Amino acid sequence: MMKLLVLAVVVSMGAVGFAAEPPPGATTCSGCHGPSFMPVNGRASADLSSGMEAFRSGERPSTVMGRLMKGFSPAEIQAIAVWIAEQK
Amino acid sequence: MLGRRSVLAMPFLARAAFAQAAARVLVIGGGFGGASAARALRRTDPNVDVTLVESSPVFTSCPFSNEVIVGLREIGQQRFGYQGITAAGIHMVQGTAVSVDPPTRRVTLNDGSVLGYDRLILSPGIDIAYDALPGYSEAAAEVLPHAWKAGDQTLLLRRQLEAMPDGGSVVISAPANPFRCPPGPYERASLIAYYLKTNKPKSKLLLLDAKDTFSKQKLFMSAWAKLYPGLLEWVSLSDGGKVVRVDASTRSFETEFGSHKADVGNVIPPQRAGRIAVVAGVTDKTGWCPIDPVSFESRLVPGIHVIGDAAVAGAMPKSAFAANAQAKACALAVVRMLGGAAPVEPRLVNTCYSLVAPDYGISVAGVYRPVNGLLTDIEGAGGTSPIDAPPETRALEAEYANAWFKTLTSDVFA
Repeated sequence: MMKLLVLAVVVSMGAVGFAAEPPPGATTCSGCHGPSFMPVNGRASADLSSGMEAFRSGERPSTVMGRLMKGFSPAEIQAIAVWIAEQK
Repeated sequence: MLGRRSVLAMPFLARAAFAQAAARVLVIGGGFGGASAARALRRTDPNVDVTLVESSPVFTSCPFSNEVIVGLREIGQQRFGYQGITAAGIHMVQGTAVSVDPPTRRVTLNDGSVLGYDRLILSPGIDIAYDALPGYSEAAAEVLPHAWKAGDQTLLLRRQLEAMPDGGSVVISAPANPFRCPPGPYERASLIAYYLKTNKPKSKLLLLDAKDTFSKQKLFMSAWAKLYPGLLEWVSLSDGGKVVRVDASTRSFETEFGSHKADVGNVIPPQRAGRIAVVAGVTDKTGWCPIDPVSFESRLVPGIHVIGDAAVAGAMPKSAFAANAQAKACALAVVRMLGGAAPVEPRLVNTCYSLVAPDYGISVAGVYRPVNGLLTDIEGAGGTSPIDAPPETRALEAEYANAWFKTLTSDVFA
């Protein structure tokens, strides 16, 4: 019985997964970005990802964001943007 | 969300058969690391029972305490209560953990009470290694403050600077790596130089260093040449900067090459992981705590995770930003492990600002991932502010430094 329950849970994890779990790196944003400083939570994911991409390429000048975004691939940036857009 | 919660609820169901409730995570140390971890645990899974043990009723922040030393801020602006932590559903216990028994997963506090845990997160910060510098002791620190734990020590150094007559000599000693806040001694020297230049311009500042290189070195040194020429002198290890003994009775710093007498002396001493880490058996012969970089679980004792300044975090510096980032990654890993799942490889970030003057900020940033068991810099990412940046950029970074402090402290304590 126990094993069956475990199996069922593992299957549901595969389907729904840790959907709301932050992708790697995403939780660090709130170390700087809060309600009173350059808020990012809840913004459209397309805007967030294009903004982060522009920092990454250097197209958009920055102090630290360019340096940080170079540590993430476009797919990782996209995943972070989607998660941040869902945060309040 | 529902799917995830059902997964995480699994072990709790199993436990319920033995009349036990939610999984218990005990966090020791209510600084940037521990307080962040407690909150991140609750956010990740509200079913987890989280207890935070901290000996002080109020937290006093080290970041920005250099500004307090030179009168640019007041100590009250560094202090944060734990009401926000309690309001987040975390059990706050004021006390000092004195022993850990890993086999039975129990922690004993100084009042004799015993707390059990399923997973333990240690964020004990640093202890001053008084035995590592001859002549230095808790008593000597009342004359030659370290001010490397914020609070009374910060205010003591401030009072000494205020009382020093113009034309006095300030001596700071910086330790060998690793230590809390790698750019900290150099920010402190910068701001003390700013204070002297503004208030006591005939004075001198000598920075004796046990290293030949340090964080943001080029940025600091170019700023010093511009802002504080003839006032601030840095003596490297190779030039005889390593302090081998101090004497509080004469306020002198002895190096291998000679002796320097100070009117105000600030010893930034060697450090090690906080005492409870030693007691728990998670420190190695270096005095710090080796960890798995994915879960932050101790390499020495299973079931205990270590974050923040006490941990050996590879390329990540011992900073408040890093402690906060590690806490969040560790909380995710702990919740997954409680649910019987494997932790996911984290991506960690650090950003450290330093003020060279109130309107002159510089930064260093890094992005890290586990490589061969250590958190390693991702090549091409991170680095320091440009060496040739215009004054507007320096002013902007000073502003961002202030904004960062406000955001981080509300993220953790509000």
